[in-house]
Amino acid sequence: MINVKDRVPARLWNGFVRGIMVFFVLNVLLIIISVLVNSFGKNWFSGLLPSGFTFDWYTSAWAEFQLGHILFVTSKVVLAVVAFSVLLGVPAAYVMARKNFKGKNALMFLFLVPMLIPPFTYGIPMATVMYTYNIGGTLGGVILANMVPALPFIILIMTPFIEQIDENLENAAKVFGAGTFKMFWHVLVPLLGPGILASSLLVLVRTISMFELTFLTAGPDNQTLVVALYYSMFAAGVRAQQSVDAMAMIYMLITLIWLLVALQFVNPTQLVSRVKEVPQD
Amino acid sequence: MKHFLAYNKAMLLLVPATAFIFIVFVYPFIYGFLWSFNFLEGDWLANYKSFFSRGDMYPTILVTLKLSLPVTIFNVLLAIPIAFALRQKSRYQKMVTTILVVPITLGAVLLAEGMLTYFGPKGWFIQAIAILGIDDPKLIHNATGVIISLVISGFPFIFLLVLSYITGIDPGLPRAAATLGASPWEQFRYIYLPLLTPGIAMAFCLAFVQAFSVYPSAVLLGSPAGPTRVISIAAYETAFERYDYSMASAVAMIMGFVQLIVVAIVLKLRGLFYRGPVTGGKG
Repeated sequence: MINVKDRVPARLWNGFVRGIMVFFVLNVLLIIISVLVNSFGKNWFSGLLPSGFTFDWYTSAWAEFQLGHILFVTSKVVLAVVAFSVLLGVPAAYVMARKNFKGKNALMFLFLVPMLIPPFTYGIPMATVMYTYNIGGTLGGVILANMVPALPFIILIMTPFIEQIDENLENAAKVFGAGTFKMFWHVLVPLLGPGILASSLLVLVRTISMFELTFLTAGPDNQTLVVALYYSMFAAGVRAQQSVDAMAMIYMLITLIWLLVALQFVNPTQLVSRVKEVPQD
Repeated sequence: MKHFLAYNKAMLLLVPATAFIFIVFVYPFIYGFLWSFNFLEGDWLANYKSFFSRGDMYPTILVTLKLSLPVTIFNVLLAIPIAFALRQKSRYQKMVTTILVVPITLGAVLLAEGMLTYFGPKGWFIQAIAILGIDDPKLIHNATGVIISLVISGFPFIFLLVLSYITGIDPGLPRAAATLGASPWEQFRYIYLPLLTPGIAMAFCLAFVQAFSVYPSAVLLGSPAGPTRVISIAAYETAFERYDYSMASAVAMIMGFVQLIVVAIVLKLRGLFYRGPVTGGKG
């Protein structure tokens, strides 16, 4: 028995929810677009748009901020973080999925903690220890710091993924005389391919945009793009705002391209949580 | 015996990852904890005493709480109804989640750059409200700027978490309730909300600790010398401008401790509302 009276507040409510959503998304889009417009603008003292458009800010930003060098460093950091995290994380995830042992829950908790504590909280003691041991400010230090959230992320994504692979395949390989390593390489790795690809892409996107840990551990020569962007904004007034915007656009373009690639293999919620999607109906 | 050896050989695969977390994460944390107490130089509580007596230190706790707590509560209250409205799997849901993941991925630094233009004196937002006859409310270089930035990054985060918890609830339950005549509100109040409470508490805690350790937007969009001098700024300055690592460790420990207290309170409150399995079906 649905009468019209019940429907009016429900409609108002739906309209309200939709309105808030549209307002939020619209403003975020416009915030992003204003970076885009300003990076191509000649002068923007007033009005809806700049007085003219130019590509000059990109060429000047490239030279001023040594973007070539920064992009090289960023690629090195991101690739190393992904590679080492997969190399360490997938074997660990295999044991977590297949074996039962004393202290397994405690270990799972240990892997969860770096993902729950915000980077700035543990980053300060971590960075100070790194500087005491003279690895602070080096490329290695930046890579190690970024692996702290990345490695548990790989383990937490890969563990349920490995759990769903039939254990009999491994047993069959062993029956035919394959050792642990051979079995791992010829049976598990091909089966795990899609999972490794998806989790690597997620780590890659998260590492490109990881500000805090790189900021705390990087020296002047090994800043990643997002940290370099922060410093150029921090020294506002030294460079033209449009130049900084051009750099921001390059950062945004790289991040969004990789995000788009990642979203081909994972769903958006996996970027914030490790929850698996449950098919509805 | 042979089986036992094979079993242990596989366990070795766990060693590199565990060792890494112990060396790079656990060890520095313990090191920093011990370091924050000045055991070698007399008064072991010196750093903590100094923190709670210095005018540029102890107020940062309250400043940070005042920014992060209301924003997180606001974000949660906003995210729940919107996630509830989008609980049905649809193209619309997919589109919204994809759009909302963008600000999270881009991060605070890029958003700050955009906000400086957008909310700046000549920005589109200020131009738009000027048409409506509203003067520039000064949305950047103060606490408001930081709050807006915390909403833009925090709301999508909580939304995506809550949505993943909602879609994990067996759709048969609300359908059964609907068959018995429950309105959408009643379904929400008596079915979804009780089942979601643990998830919401978790999402609140995760979003709160992130907001509490806010750094780039407090510096770039706020006024880091005064109203938005948050605790991470105090910790960073102590460590990397004054090179007082021992004191910086103390600030970081206090930062972690305050987060822990709030998380404990939230989980305690959850216990008052909800008695059941500690986590939902998944999480």
